[in-house]
Formats: sequence, structure tokens, C-alpha cells
Amino acid sequence: MDMQVAKKKLGLKERYQVMTRGLDWTPSYQKMEDIYPYAAYEGIKIHDWDKWEDPFRLTMDAYWKYQAEKERKLYAIIDAYAQNNGHLNVTDARYLNAVKLFLTGISPLEYMAHRGFAHVGRQFPGAGPRVACLMQSIDEIRHAQTQIHSLSNYNKYYNGFHDFRHMLERVWYLSVPRSFFDDAVTAGPFEFMVAIGFSFEYVLTNLLFVPFVSGAAYNGDMGTMTFGFSAQSDEARHMTLGLEVIKFILEQDPDNLPIVQRWIDKWMWRGYRVLTLVGMMMDYMLPKRIMSWKEAWEVYFEENGGALFKDLARYGIRPPKWLDQISFDKDHISHQAWATFYQYGAAAAFNTWTPNDEEMDWLSQKYPNSFDKYYRPRLEYWREQAAQGKRFYNKTLPMLCQTCQIPMLFTEPGDPTKICYREVDYQGSKYHFCSDGCKEIFEYEPEKYVQAWLPVHQIYQGNCFPEGADPTAEGFDPLAEVLKYYHVEMGRDNLDFEGSEDQKNFDQWRGQATKNA
Amino acid sequence: MSTVFIALQTNEDTRPIIGAILDDNPHARLNEQPAMVKIDAEGRLVVRRSSIEERIGRDFDLQELHINLISLSGNIDESDDELTLSWGA
Repeated sequence: MDMQVAKKKLGLKERYQVMTRGLDWTPSYQKMEDIYPYAAYEGIKIHDWDKWEDPFRLTMDAYWKYQAEKERKLYAIIDAYAQNNGHLNVTDARYLNAVKLFLTGISPLEYMAHRGFAHVGRQFPGAGPRVACLMQSIDEIRHAQTQIHSLSNYNKYYNGFHDFRHMLERVWYLSVPRSFFDDAVTAGPFEFMVAIGFSFEYVLTNLLFVPFVSGAAYNGDMGTMTFGFSAQSDEARHMTLGLEVIKFILEQDPDNLPIVQRWIDKWMWRGYRVLTLVGMMMDYMLPKRIMSWKEAWEVYFEENGGALFKDLARYGIRPPKWLDQISFDKDHISHQAWATFYQYGAAAAFNTWTPNDEEMDWLSQKYPNSFDKYYRPRLEYWREQAAQGKRFYNKTLPMLCQTCQIPMLFTEPGDPTKICYREVDYQGSKYHFCSDGCKEIFEYEPEKYVQAWLPVHQIYQGNCFPEGADPTAEGFDPLAEVLKYYHVEMGRDNLDFEGSEDQKNFDQWRGQATKNA
Repeated sequence: MSTVFIALQTNEDTRPIIGAILDDNPHARLNEQPAMVKIDAEGRLVVRRSSIEERIGRDFDLQELHINLISLSGNIDESDDELTLSWGA
């Protein structure tokens, strides 16, 4: 008897195999090393690119289908949020300053990640990782776009959002995230994958997107919540790609282990330094808080990262260096960073403030070992000074670390009362560092880091004034001129939140939203 | 034994998914946060297509998870029927 049997559809694993294998060919009239010129110089040895497996097995057709659905949801929410004056539902206009920092400091990194993955996606000789990098490259440009679209709504009403592209290449604190990514995209393709795909995506983006974005939701910011979670769902894929990359490289050749370990040490430290900004956003800039930076660090780094490194021990990988210091510093860095921004609040494109009593009590409770002892007295002193009309603005520019470009605000390992300084003499010049980690990274590749564009040095060299400014003219005000060069408007974009235009407008508009004027 | 986790947005799409995961993984802990949940489990966590389909009454493709997934940890093994997260050590 003839029976019509429906042809069985291919399973996920076979389908992925068909869609990603056998697409490549061996070139005959060009040499492999000419086609992939960056594949060998880092010393990583790959013997069989077909051993590569994308753990999610996402193919391009499924990618478009699900990403399109996510994007439709995202834009529906953004429209509803904008049409409904959603910005007036955030807890407190101070919150908007966290969003300003996000747009100016983090969203441009998404775009750089797009460029980076497009580049390495071209450079890897294996077809499997090229496909995976291509998808990640598209993800990253989508993230840049959705973040800019979401946040452009705020630019209609509030200060500091107006020129993030211009600011990125000039403003002192934005050079921190910028130089981090510049460092990664100028490395070789394998180092880039370990830097961004593994260290940043796997271990650190959870800290950026999960508790902070949940905090945005808690503070009534639907726009940020939506793009944040939408982006992070791609990060889940990126993280697994990053983990796969490490495992793949380590399985290919035992000689790869010391190279990979050095990159992990370097990039965990570099990423950890950049996340100082996020710690400060969580502890000081969200009016309603869901968890402290320290708690988030314990969950997403110590617990989750700890499990990861335990798993990687079978390849000979050990946890990253400087963990003792990192562990000690979780009680301190967010407070040290906010104190720095408070002092330099005249030179930033957002408003700063001292926490109120309730917020200080929350900080005491979350940081029993450090806040009352080291940080509360200083904040209370500044608050008293401000109440007497003497709001403190530091006018002396800080020394920056040559590697991470963060002002020298961190303290000695184990001693939170002493600023940590390290220095290295190299080819007749002295270079300064915030930590042993940043110093060691410099010492391994000094020719790279001597080229750093350090904003404070550039100001002192006269390179950060608008065209036509004359520093020799009588009454020349360097800060005013630097702000013009930054496109930061004095008295609108900067200074204390108390008395700011954003504060006044928000109060007035919220009042109009709840009663007939 | 290390902990793996999966974090999902909380909405009507994920309510049955979260329920299915908790049913299939009695050792898992539900951790509710604003706009999201994080499900932690010692060693291993499995997301089973059939359990989700039973709850939603239609076919479900496990890759639909991408729409509401926020984050996860562990080594991933994905087939048409199951998505498994696990740590080797």
C-alpha cells in the first residue's frame, strides 16, 4: 500500500548546518593570507574553522523575523510614550541626568560595536563566525538607532541631549567609554572578540542593561526600559557568542591559552573601570533604586562571572587579575565617582546634586562598611556649603590615567583614604596611572597608549578652545571657552540640579499635566 | 554547583513561559524585579517547548524566546524541543 508520508522538516541543528556550512570556497588565484591579512599576527592558531558552533543556531531568516517583531513592539511603545507625555511620569527630573549620561556615553559605543563586528566579520577566515559577527554587527547598529530614537524624545524638552556626537570626541568623561572602544577596535580580530564579545558582553553588559534598565522601569521611564531590554535580549545571544569564541580558540591549540588569558586580564579590568559610571548611575542617579551597585556586582559579576570562570578552568583559564582589589572597591567606586562629578559639575553636560537624607540613609544601609565613615560627611559638608550659597565647584583640572582616562579618583588597594597614583617613565616622558591594572596594561603596549588623546592634557595644551579664542586676551575665561568648544551651554546644561532649567520646566509641566492651568 | 539563570520581561507573552519553566525545574527560584523576572537554578535549567505549548494552546518555536528574553548564563544547548542552560563545573 502506498502511503503519502509528509517529508519531515529538518531539525534546528541540521537546518543551521545547511544554512552556515559549505558556503565558503578555497581561493585559487589569491593567497589566503592576502584575503585575511589580520588572522595570524596576534599569534592565535586555528586549525579547523568548521569546529565553530553558534550555540543559538540563529539563521538569517529567523533573525529578521524575530528582530522585526521586537522592533515593532519597541516603536509602538516609544510612540505611545511620546504621545502620552510619558517623560512627565518619571519619578523626578533628576533621573533624566542618568539618561543623558547613557545617551552621550553608552549609545555611541553601540555604533562602535557595529563597526567592530563588521570589521572582524570580514577578517575571520571561518564562515561560521563571519555569519555570527555579521548578525551581531546588525544588532549593534539597531541598538544605536533605537537608543537615539528613544532618547530623541527627551531632547525636545530637556537640556544636555542636543549634541552627543560632537561631545563624544571632546568632553572629558566621555573619553572614558570612547577610548575603551577605540582600544578594542584597533586591536586584532581575536583580541576584539575576547574584549567585546567575551569580557564586555558576557561578564559586564548584564550589569549595564539588567539592573539599570529594570531601575529605569521602576522610575517610570518606559522608553529606556524598552530599548534596554530589547537590546539586552540580543546581548544574550552576544554573550553566548563570546563564550563560544573563547572555548573555540582554546580548543584549537594549547598555545592560545596564555594569549587569551592576558586579554581576559586586560579587558576585564578595562571594562570594570568603564562600569564605574554605571555604578554611580545606579547608586546616585536613580531616584527610586532597586539594588545597589554592590549588590548588582555580587549577583552579576561575583556569582555569575564566578560560575563562568569555574567552568573555563577546564581549559586552564584562571579568574582575571586584580580581583582582590575589585572586590574591596565595590564598597567605594560609585561614591568616589559621584563625588568627582559633583565637584566638576560645571564642566559636565548634565546636572549634579547631593543626595537627600532618605537617599543617604539608603546608601548607609547598602554600604555599611564605607558610606557613613568615608562618604556621608563629605556630602553633608557640601550640602551645607551649598545651602549657604557656596556650592563647591572644583576649578583645578584633575590628572587623568593614561590607560582608562578616568581622573585620578580611585584609592589605594585596601586604603580608601589615599588616592592611588602609579607612574612609568617611557622614552623620556612620565605617564600616570590610576591603578596597578592600568599601569600593567600600559607597560605591555606602551606604543599604543602613549597616543591617547587625554582631554585634560589637551585643554592645557590649548587644543580645546573654539576657533578664534585668544588665551592671551585680558579676562580670558578658560572654562567658559572649553564649554563652548564642548557645545555645553553654561547655566543650562551644567551646574547643580537645584535651580536648573530642567527642574523648573519639569515641575511646571507636571503641574499642568495634573490640573487645569 | 554553580547557578545558571534566565531573565525574561514580564508580560502576557512570558507569563505561560515563566510558569512552564518553574514547573519543569522544581529546583529553580523565581526572583521578581520591576518589569522582569530572573529565574535562578543550581547547575541546570531547561526550557521545554511542549510545556509552553500545553499552556498557550498553540505551536511554539523556542526561538520566539528571543522576543522577550533579557539575559541568561551558562552553556547553551538548543534543539527544536528544549533549550538547556548548564555549567560544567
